[in-house]
Amino acid sequence: MEKKNVLVIGGGIAGIQASLDLADKGMQVYLVEREPSIGGRMAQLDKTFPTNDCSICILAPKMADCFGHDNINVMTYSEVSEIAGDAGNYNATVTRKARHVNEDVCTGCGDCNAKCPVKVPNEFDMELGMRKAIYLPFLQAVPRVMTIDEENCIFYTKGKCRLCEKACKIGAIEFDKGPEELKLNVGSIIVATGYDVWDPTPAKEYGYKKVQNVFTAMEFERMINAAGPTGGHIQRRSDGERPKKIGFIQCVGSRNPQLDHPYCCSVCCMHSTKEAILAREHHDDMESFIFYKDMRTFGKGFNEYMERGKSEYGITYINSDATVQENPANQNPIVVYDVAGKQEKMEVDMVILATTLVPRKGAKELAKLLDIDVDEFGFYESADKLLNPVDTKRPGIFIAGYCHEPMDIPEAVAQASGAAARAAELLSTKGVS
Amino acid sequence: MAMEIKEPRIGVFVCHCGVNIGGFVDVPDVAEYAKTLPNVVHAENNLYTCADDGLTAIKNAIKEKNLTRVIVASCTPRTHAPLFMRICEEAGLNKYLFTFVNIREHCSWVHMKEQEKATAKSKDLIKMGVARAVLLEPQEEVKIDVRPSSLVIGGGIAGMTAALNLANQGFETHLIEKEPELGGFLRKLSTLYQTQESSAKAYEGLIKKVEANDKIQLYKNTTLKSLTGYIGKYDAVLNVNGEDKEIGVGTIIVATGADEYRPKGLYGLGEHDNIITLTDFEKMVKEDKVPADLKSVAFITCSGARGQDKEYCSRICCTVTVKNAMKVMEMASKGGDAEAKVEEASVDEKAVSDKEEEKAEEPEEEEGESRRRSRRDRRGRRGGRRRGAERGEERPKERGAAVDVTVFNRGITTYGIEQELLYNKSREQRVKFVRFVPENPPKVSMEDGKLTVSYYHETLKADRKMNPDLIILATPLTQRPDAQELSKMLKVPLGRDEFFLEAHVKLRPVDFATDGIFLCGTAHGPANITEAVAQAYGAASRASIPMSLGYVQAEAIVSYVDRERCSGCKSCEVVCPYGAIQFDEEGLAEVIVAACKGCGTCGSICPEKAITMTHYTDEQLTAEALAALEEVGT
Repeated sequence: MEKKNVLVIGGGIAGIQASLDLADKGMQVYLVEREPSIGGRMAQLDKTFPTNDCSICILAPKMADCFGHDNINVMTYSEVSEIAGDAGNYNATVTRKARHVNEDVCTGCGDCNAKCPVKVPNEFDMELGMRKAIYLPFLQAVPRVMTIDEENCIFYTKGKCRLCEKACKIGAIEFDKGPEELKLNVGSIIVATGYDVWDPTPAKEYGYKKVQNVFTAMEFERMINAAGPTGGHIQRRSDGERPKKIGFIQCVGSRNPQLDHPYCCSVCCMHSTKEAILAREHHDDMESFIFYKDMRTFGKGFNEYMERGKSEYGITYINSDATVQENPANQNPIVVYDVAGKQEKMEVDMVILATTLVPRKGAKELAKLLDIDVDEFGFYESADKLLNPVDTKRPGIFIAGYCHEPMDIPEAVAQASGAAARAAELLSTKGVS
Repeated sequence: MAMEIKEPRIGVFVCHCGVNIGGFVDVPDVAEYAKTLPNVVHAENNLYTCADDGLTAIKNAIKEKNLTRVIVASCTPRTHAPLFMRICEEAGLNKYLFTFVNIREHCSWVHMKEQEKATAKSKDLIKMGVARAVLLEPQEEVKIDVRPSSLVIGGGIAGMTAALNLANQGFETHLIEKEPELGGFLRKLSTLYQTQESSAKAYEGLIKKVEANDKIQLYKNTTLKSLTGYIGKYDAVLNVNGEDKEIGVGTIIVATGADEYRPKGLYGLGEHDNIITLTDFEKMVKEDKVPADLKSVAFITCSGARGQDKEYCSRICCTVTVKNAMKVMEMASKGGDAEAKVEEASVDEKAVSDKEEEKAEEPEEEEGESRRRSRRDRRGRRGGRRRGAERGEERPKERGAAVDVTVFNRGITTYGIEQELLYNKSREQRVKFVRFVPENPPKVSMEDGKLTVSYYHETLKADRKMNPDLIILATPLTQRPDAQELSKMLKVPLGRDEFFLEAHVKLRPVDFATDGIFLCGTAHGPANITEAVAQAYGAASRASIPMSLGYVQAEAIVSYVDRERCSGCKSCEVVCPYGAIQFDEEGLAEVIVAACKGCGTCGSICPEKAITMTHYTDEQLTAEALAALEEVGT
């Protein structure tokens, strides 16, 4: 029997949009998210180009709509572990990891968190800040419930503590509860697992983790965010000082066959421009230099945004590859680049690397589980890349967002709605033609 | 309007939210203060008002104390208002008699270091809430029927895709195309880089599906003549082959496409037969009319774009340029006098010429480690583009290359995977890329009867000239001339770039602000086929939502017009972002409840004060403001 249920894997903006579209028209959706909260990468960004909308401010209402929707069952801290069946009738097993906090009871008040003695680097803040072992990944997390991280909780590592349990006035802590398995029957599956930020450490010429004041763009997004680890203050790793001169290096790991990513990540021209604009908005005396291969300003309003970056925010664009050295006297990064074949050096206070973006860790394993194809870089492949970009080779399984190919937010949203349309088409009486 | 109501009985629930609020605001004190406010018959503080016991407390108080208004002072209405409103309804109270006061974001979070002030402000906000709550009235949400049928305007790839999806979901779909044939812009193209096949193959398959689908009513030679109505109930008059036809639909999708911009005189376009646009070249290829003896071809990208006429980047022309540059190479290599082996030889040849480049590139003796690295890097990354390909121009023509292809560019925008790999391949095939800056673009002229491109070589810092047989301009896509009229008819806006403007550039890419009308393809802005198709499915998904449900829930908070006061000046119609104002036979304004979002813009512009917002009346807002201006109680 065909079911009008859909499983959506990945709770970022693409997964959220696909879920909302289907649920709004009366279909039942199971949204599975690996992390403790939905929101994905968009929740980590400070602002969005080219309108400088606050990212979480425009995302949070969608997260709330999703979680509160009668037709959407949001399962966070969960992963799909098994798939069987065919289009119209898939059986999925979802493993709900033990978060050790009762989601129905916890209100996210933070009493437990205040008492927890363990501090570990916060992944959400790209490890620039700390969190507790019982934690809310970020302020606007949905669901707003705590999660105990077994790897770091001293009750699990050393066998005693339970301070959070004592602090919780409503008995939401569940130390004894283990993971659960859930069996679902769905008609279709939408995969929207998004991207990871590539770690530039192996590309030594950029100095990441060697030159202290070199950061990745995602680190910068967290740093410049008012709710981030530095409260929105741009600070050097070496001395906590605020930089006045920032160098942005583009295509770090992108368009680089030697590093196995010959593709263009499609977003870093714009996010670096945005970050330079935001830096200037924070401080009038901030100077930014963007070292680029080609400025790709191909979206709506992008070229205009870059031009404003030059004329109103004093951004200087330099057409060159660049590498980074360090001035040992003051830990200033030195950007080495060339102009018309002549080598130049520029000492700056901070360098931001626009690292390439890659499919999420585990994307290939998931593809195997789902029996869909990935390309040589690990992105999910379309069955017909021209006319059915969201279809995979396996009928009834659709893809949307960055897990499919490099794209920005509106493209991911449009594609997510598109994947929802294909799922709806399949599950309507007539079926996919 | 004031209804005959008994003295309101207000209950106030102040939430600790653990330390979130309770850690900074003296919650019991705030609750005690609430008891002293007029009409408040019950006030309490809860550890978590949103937890089960808090919700039960609200329900019990409504019943036991006959509450006619409920106020919760806690976190954000964004996440919690629907919950508390539902609880009120469950206890028999109209949900619009509920008031939310946010003392987390507005008090505890922003005044963490000023706890007394946080407490005082919480009291103030509750006093304001009480003042407004007294004047609230119950509201009803009405359901408006939606016809399960759609009008898709434009029979190109996007329109056809959207129509097919809707039809396959079971909706009656009217697809109109102003030309005699379906296919749109794709009819002008030759081979697609995505498939290496003719574009006809792509659109012909779709046309067959569209024509065979019994849920699709297809109208060719047809335009939209007029439109009235709102989401769920649009009445359209079509001009079908010169004759009127009336249809009724629930939703509309705009997929009207775009034109190629053809700026007369720019780089000599229209003044010389051998200066053409990308689409002209596509047509040449398609009709097999590319001159056989081409020795040199120049492309100029961003012609009329990115500040030269149009401000925007047209997204697709770099890739189309790269594709066609490769096409020129390929055709020449297959042509008569060319060495036919060029393609097969290209790999070996590349290895050889890369070595040559390396040699040529070898710089001065002492070079820093980083420079060596950077150079090694660059070679790998760029296939020797900057130095290699441009320097290539200084060398004698490549062995075997029958034609010299130069792309004058301001940077090549081949984003993503496939396009970038195609660009890499074009460089391997010795397409030359010469960069220029917008301040100093190449100049096209006739010198000694020869087509001449004079340019400044940015890398070599020198003036150069070349004599191409053919100049191909990559011009941007541009809005169609009839879009302005359509935009007025549908009451949907065009952006500064003249493309149709979506409701939100990030999160609502295929919606218009006006409910029931959606957008896809190049009518929205330049896009390649794959992107247009994804958008088309997206628009179909959005349009199918109200049609699947069969209704839309209209907002309860809408504006209404006092006919006695309205002068018919139409100011409200001009400012309404949702096309929700219409005029009756007497010329007086009426609000289309189905379309109104309750934003209040019309009310604020109305010079006669004839427009009132339900739930946010002047009276209610004034009471709230006056309460704020009083000194906070003790």
